[in-house]
Amino acid sequence: MLPSRDGAKAGTPCVVFRTFSGRVTLVSFLAAILAGCSGGVLEPKGPVGGANALILLDAVCIMCVIGVPTMIAVLVFAWWYRADNTRARRRPDFVHSGRIELLVWSIPILVIMFLGGVIWIGAHELDPFHPISALASTNPQEKPNPQPNTPPQSKTLEVQVVSLDWKWLFIYPDQGIASVNEIVVPVGTPVHFSITSASVMNMFFVPQLGSMIAAMNGMVTQLHLQADHPGDYYGLSSQYSGDGFSGMHFLMRAVPADEFARWVATTKAEGPTLDRAGYEQLAQQSQDVKPFTYRAIDSNIFHAVTTLEIAPGPGPGPSVAPPQVRPRGAD
Amino acid sequence: MLGKLTWGAIPWDQPIPLIAGAVVFALFFAVVVWVIVKGHLPYLWHEWITSVDHKRIGVMYVMLGLVMLFRGFIDALMIRSQQALAFHAAGYLPPEHYNQVFSAHGTIMIFFAAMPLVIGLMNFAVPLQLGVRDVAFPTLNSTSFWLTATGALLVNISLVIGEFARTGWLPYPPLSETQYSPGVGVDYYDWALLISGVGTLMTGINFVTTILKIRAPGMSYLRMSMFCWTSLAANLLIVAAFPILTATLAMLTLDRYLGFHFFTNEAGGNMMMFINLIWAWGHPEVYILVLPAFGIFSEVISTFSGKPLFGYRSMVIATMFICIVSFMVWLHHFFTMGSGGDVNAVFGIATSVIAVGTGVKVYNWLFTMYGGRIRYATPMMWSVAFIVTFIIGGMTGVLLAVPPADFMLHNSLFLVAHFHNVIIGGVVFAVMAGITYWFPKAFGFRLHEGWGKAVFWLSVVGFYAVFIPLYGAGLLGMTRRLQHYDFALWRPWVLAAGFGMIFLVGSAVAQVIQLVVSYRQRELLRDELGDPWDGRSLEWATTSPPPAFNFAVLPNVSNEEPYWEMKRGAIEAQQMSAEPDYKPIEMPHNSPTGFITAFFSTITGFALIWHIWWLVGVGLVAAYAVFVWFAWRDIEEYEIPAAEVARLDRERRAPRARWLERNAAGRPA
Repeated sequence: MLPSRDGAKAGTPCVVFRTFSGRVTLVSFLAAILAGCSGGVLEPKGPVGGANALILLDAVCIMCVIGVPTMIAVLVFAWWYRADNTRARRRPDFVHSGRIELLVWSIPILVIMFLGGVIWIGAHELDPFHPISALASTNPQEKPNPQPNTPPQSKTLEVQVVSLDWKWLFIYPDQGIASVNEIVVPVGTPVHFSITSASVMNMFFVPQLGSMIAAMNGMVTQLHLQADHPGDYYGLSSQYSGDGFSGMHFLMRAVPADEFARWVATTKAEGPTLDRAGYEQLAQQSQDVKPFTYRAIDSNIFHAVTTLEIAPGPGPGPSVAPPQVRPRGAD
Repeated sequence: MLGKLTWGAIPWDQPIPLIAGAVVFALFFAVVVWVIVKGHLPYLWHEWITSVDHKRIGVMYVMLGLVMLFRGFIDALMIRSQQALAFHAAGYLPPEHYNQVFSAHGTIMIFFAAMPLVIGLMNFAVPLQLGVRDVAFPTLNSTSFWLTATGALLVNISLVIGEFARTGWLPYPPLSETQYSPGVGVDYYDWALLISGVGTLMTGINFVTTILKIRAPGMSYLRMSMFCWTSLAANLLIVAAFPILTATLAMLTLDRYLGFHFFTNEAGGNMMMFINLIWAWGHPEVYILVLPAFGIFSEVISTFSGKPLFGYRSMVIATMFICIVSFMVWLHHFFTMGSGGDVNAVFGIATSVIAVGTGVKVYNWLFTMYGGRIRYATPMMWSVAFIVTFIIGGMTGVLLAVPPADFMLHNSLFLVAHFHNVIIGGVVFAVMAGITYWFPKAFGFRLHEGWGKAVFWLSVVGFYAVFIPLYGAGLLGMTRRLQHYDFALWRPWVLAAGFGMIFLVGSAVAQVIQLVVSYRQRELLRDELGDPWDGRSLEWATTSPPPAFNFAVLPNVSNEEPYWEMKRGAIEAQQMSAEPDYKPIEMPHNSPTGFITAFFSTITGFALIWHIWWLVGVGLVAAYAVFVWFAWRDIEEYEIPAAEVARLDRERRAPRARWLERNAAGRPA
């Protein structure tokens, strides 16, 4: 299991810095910005988001160790050497010093080398394409994560994501259902998203759970996320995609396993079917679409979209009537 | 006959662009009428429009940049006010209009505000600092300027005829392909940038040639001012990067006009190719802007600290280091496209390596101040504010270079805050410092200090008031370019940023007042000596404003601070050096080539946008004919007689000799 924010393990790059005493002072420095930021990427609710946020904070700390003293030095020098300060010692010929040159090159180089290590390890361990369980196996000292909500060896949930103009389609191939602009996942279970786009580029992002990744037509990107706590998490497209872009947000509801099973059963009981005709109607441009579900799917839809067997979304051409859907809770 | 152009192209139902267009047109018309009635037209034509003098062209670039900065700022006001109002609401700008506003904001600010401002200051100062009479290709220089103006004009025409791109300032396909953007917006973008891009490339060639081949006698590379060095680096980047932009946009244009499939979804096109290419230009572009800014700060900090630049050679190395590495980092603009750990890590590290060069520069500025006698005129205040602000911007930049952090912050308002942090805190602050610093050299009188300080404080406070909240909103996951939103946590931050705009409005007003007050008090602010800041580089060796030929006799350079040495010598000897033997000077003739070429380029661009094919032919043939006509001209130069040169140089020497007499004791050396 990837270290969550509450339980970072030895061996991750971040831990090296945890012992650094400067961190204490820096936390207070950052407080001004971070104070009101609950609910964002700094309050992660899953292992990927937790690890990302930890690296983010560590990188900030590493840089502040050098950046803050420099800023203070700039202000102090700028103040002390003002023209009317009679106490300042003037050294108009101090224009070169080998020792200072050495220092001003080596300080940034050392910091960047250190940060480079964080970047290298972070970019590999947190590559969105890597399964969460595979991440754990790269770290032999890793012990099972004592997350209360994480059942051991929980089976990965497969979700196929299609970004459409301008809504999100979530297909559950194993459950045989689909939903639009709302996604329900069991808490504590790794979720594997296969992501593509029906037309223009979008980006799939649930800030509190972790990494974002692009959705592109004719290509499939991979993302692994996991919610450790039940709750409704705000998700959105973080790549501008046209007029209806602002309405391309969704809720990701992380619920206990039994509730997830109930949701699947209810979904299967009612609603339209996602077949070719239904999909092509859905692919027409529409804005601010209310969430709804499909009780059954043509299991080949995702494959057909990614291979362009189904032509890319039509754009703002001649409009077709929007899909006849019933908003959730209207019945 | 008129292609796609019909009366329907004018947005009769949208009051904002119509009223804005009407006001601008009325102002323009009033100015033209005033110029003609008052009989200023010949002056304008001979002294400015057809001028090939690098100083005049520099001033025109800066004026264009300031006007476009104002236009882009109006867009910014609309963006921030729309977002402030659009919580659980539609706001006052519908998506199809709002999306044009933010696309135009980015396009105008980068291409038609920041670039002209930076290129304008280079135009003005580089030949003076090199101690020469003009750039290598003066008429080409004029053409570059007018082609840039063409691009700016096309973008602004789109306000009232048709529409502008709704794709963001970089039109990522497939959204920018005909299938998803069938209107003329992307075409306006394409042709404006293709035409002005030619101008920018010619500027790059011109300045690289000038700096490498034309310098005052004795000025070796390591005796050039830091601003010349950073300008060289920036222009090398222009020469290497702008062809990529032109090629990329040409491919997009082929897709749109001739049904090619470079970046389409279907038929083997790939959007990732566009995104790679556009950022292979786009990342060097930010260094094209910020390297000259570093140069300006180096000049200002050294001058106002009363010290030579600390670690000059280190600065040169750092500049060229940034110049080269800036070409190796483009992928950090799309870590989230799924390139994998190895690729992301390499580009992340390469990106943070740039911070080494920048870090060295910051420390060298720090040690330039150390032991100095710092005079706080406005340019120096901008410089100190810049260093502090830029450190914050640099740190958030390195943070975004860490892929796992970028996975959380990419495309968020945190990113928006970051690049405004470096572009406002770096480029805009530098331009403000540079304009204040060189204004007396250009016009013969200083800008009003009191109003300058008002502009400074309002800008700095306004910048932090707007962009610190946007950092906060970005950390909450708020993405950029949202026309409306309903996530309550973001709202306070968005409102705070909107409130902060009040300070920036204040700074814009104060800036206008400063210019008016300075003009009215010009006799009080007169710079008779030509050296208002106790300067160190060669531009201060001539009069303010300089004569057309800059220097009566090209100065002999024997170290990094030629004018400072000259000045020390004169003060020690308590007299000016002996009057030289004046010779006639050959200067290039004025030429309307640039203006007429740009006129026909505007027609060609407009015709291409609206598919008016016969007009495209007319415009192209005419533009080519102008070029041929110019190539076959008989008289290239005119001669300024020795007597005239002597008269003008004596005008320069007289106040300096008087100053030496007054300070017979001399200031402490």
